[in-house]
Amino acid sequence: MPISLKDLENALKNAIPISHLEIIDQSSGCGESYAVLIVSEAFEGKLTLARHRMINELLKNQIAQMHAFSQRTLTPKQYAAELAKGNV
Amino acid sequence: MYSSMRLFARPARLPRVLSPNFPTYASRRFLSQEAREQISKAVKADPVVVFMKGTPDSPQCGFSRAVVQILDLQGVPVEKLKTYNVLEDSELRNGIKEFSDWPTIPQVYVDGDFVGGCDIIMGMHQSGELEKLLEQHNILPPLPDATPKTS
Repeated sequence: MPISLKDLENALKNAIPISHLEIIDQSSGCGESYAVLIVSEAFEGKLTLARHRMINELLKNQIAQMHAFSQRTLTPKQYAAELAKGNV
Repeated sequence: MYSSMRLFARPARLPRVLSPNFPTYASRRFLSQEAREQISKAVKADPVVVFMKGTPDSPQCGFSRAVVQILDLQGVPVEKLKTYNVLEDSELRNGIKEFSDWPTIPQVYVDGDFVGGCDIIMGMHQSGELEKLLEQHNILPPLPDATPKTS
């Protein structure tokens, strides 16, 4: 079964506090390829690798069914800084 | 730069000590101790090791392409880079995911330590962390214009 945007959103929101979430379906609809931007205070004090591992674990079942998965993980503070720089 | 890694080729016939119906612990989902050791050796054998789809000259996936391009851009010398094409070995393709506890390909190792996949390498490249890491590990040759300070 293809992974839907809603699946990803629910899996993330049920697991960690999310202050901002962008999910882009890059598969033109087949549910095989997603890029996500996740802003959460749960990332505070964690290196990028640890953040990505956290998300990989949360979305283990979904990622296993996809062809491609790309993520960006920011804390609310970092997200605000990126917004100010126009990077997001 | 590229060589295939037939880590998992098993002997055609294993001695049948156990009954044929005995569940094999080397079942597909779990990395055998032997395979784990071989990957562990492989990631330590070269300063930079990349598990990718395709080869640096002919990458078969945009993420793998991005990673080898970044390493090239950073100036990682070919002799310090080793790539393994997971498309040539499906057991390596799955084994490396379990070994690194990382669900996607490409995967980059520096001096035996897992650094990350495409997103992380890209992010580290943009932030300058990657250059710092490669310098720390003496993978990048010294900059030509870096003149040692003398008093």
